[in-house]
Amino acid sequence: MPILETQELTYVYSPGTPFEKTAVDNVNISIEKGEIIGVMGHTGSGKSTLIQHFNGLLRPTSGKVLLNGVDIWEDKTKIRDVRFQVGLVFQYPEYQLFEETVFKDIAFGPKNMGLSDEEIKRRVYDTAHDIGLSEELMERSPFDLSGGQKRRAAIAGVMAMEPEVLILDEPTAGLDPAGRDKILSHIKAYHQRTGNTTLIVSHSMEDIASFADRILVMSDSKLFCFDETVKVFSRSEEISQIGLDVPQITRVFDKLKKQGMDFGKEVYTVEYARNLLLKRLAEREAR
Amino acid sequence: MLRDITIGQYFPGNSIIHRLDPRFKIVITVLYIIMLFAGGTYIALALGAVYTVIAIALSRIKPKMFVKSIKPIMPFLIITAVINLLLISSGEVLWQWKFLKITSGGINISVFMIIRIVLLIAGTSLLTYTTSPITLTDAIERLLSPLKKLKFPVHELAMMMSIALRFIPTLIEETDKIMSAQKARGAEIDTGSFITRAKNLVSILVPLFISSFRRADELATAMECRCYNGGAGRTRLRQLKSSARDYVALFVTIAFLAAAIILSKIFA
Repeated sequence: MPILETQELTYVYSPGTPFEKTAVDNVNISIEKGEIIGVMGHTGSGKSTLIQHFNGLLRPTSGKVLLNGVDIWEDKTKIRDVRFQVGLVFQYPEYQLFEETVFKDIAFGPKNMGLSDEEIKRRVYDTAHDIGLSEELMERSPFDLSGGQKRRAAIAGVMAMEPEVLILDEPTAGLDPAGRDKILSHIKAYHQRTGNTTLIVSHSMEDIASFADRILVMSDSKLFCFDETVKVFSRSEEISQIGLDVPQITRVFDKLKKQGMDFGKEVYTVEYARNLLLKRLAEREAR
Repeated sequence: MLRDITIGQYFPGNSIIHRLDPRFKIVITVLYIIMLFAGGTYIALALGAVYTVIAIALSRIKPKMFVKSIKPIMPFLIITAVINLLLISSGEVLWQWKFLKITSGGINISVFMIIRIVLLIAGTSLLTYTTSPITLTDAIERLLSPLKKLKFPVHELAMMMSIALRFIPTLIEETDKIMSAQKARGAEIDTGSFITRAKNLVSILVPLFISSFRRADELATAMECRCYNGGAGRTRLRQLKSSARDYVALFVTIAFLAAAIILSKIFA
């Protein structure tokens, strides 16, 4: 059974007014437990609206969202439990830090879940470790941290709820490449420890390509495609047409192909490209 | 929810009300408020209602928007009505239970207060609905400019007002975002007991204050980078000009005001 599923999900903003706009149009997807999903789409393609349905922040205009096979809106009073099972990290999450210490801020979610003090403490330290925040930072004010540390503390605040599904909206926006890699590797570490399902919204194909099992592409409020990473990038021309960038290395290999150097495979990470090229060179030398 | 707030909103248009000189509009609104309060009789209110309906019709703004503007003050209206209803004891006693009683005088005054407040909100909403915040502050600056002679910082005040108005939608959007983020962490904001809700409000107010200060700081820097140094020597892109129709509007309002006061005196 898929962990998260949508059936004909449609959402209309301000229905019945001149500002009416369909932001999500008849989307059917199903996500299996333990997957890492990359979510891509142009600004205004409806991807942010879509993910806010997964934890019940938005209620579909029509259609359903199923979590473990159960419609999350079946019992309206239980919607808060859904938010503990599906953790959502918004864009620029550091702007929601508010507590006196980093510890208290990370503990805010687990506390709302009504967990024991022991359990809260364990979760806070575990997630802080996963996300790479040292223990001596825990008693500092979150406002004294550096930009990257703030971002990681805010992400830890959602991770500490240990949700079955973790959704991150542009977790690397506005960070330098080093900070970006750091956050992504920490997210991956957390995924490996807990075996959760992770959805990452990103503009950067490079981030997603090296990371995701499957990629979901939204375009113009509709689901453009939802497929394995390799298959999505094999449609690099279509992807470019809807205004998204394919990874630079994929473009390099597309050009090589046009010039008659066919590697026969889709290349979308630098690491993989390097191996391919080294192999090809070794073959040539052997001849 | 928060997006439904219409106070201070502006609906662009080209009606005769939109085109009135904003300085006149402010003066007219003040006269209108005097009309509602100076009369003190139903006749004055009836005149006020007629005046409001004509003005709304001329503005070509959907009447629905005025109903919306009254929605947020509903609790206030109800409290006012209930307090008046229970505390005023004059005239016939209609209903009594222990120390609580409702009298005909109480009903009379409650109804009167409700109509007065509704007219007040509808009429003043018309001012902000038909005047962009920028023109409005320009007009206030001009109207207050005589105070400059008393060393009163008129320009600075107007600038502060236009900045405040400009950032209302931004802050609403920001609040919405922070609320969603905290809700995603299980904060009970529109559900739960009063105490938990009040506690959870902290999780919204702190980030909101911090981002407001940051924004203010950035705006100040940006203004200084463009050599802003206050009102001295600044000229205006849009000059305010009054025309015959502004005087006609002012005259009509004064006539209504005079009628309201005189008729109230006669029938009181």
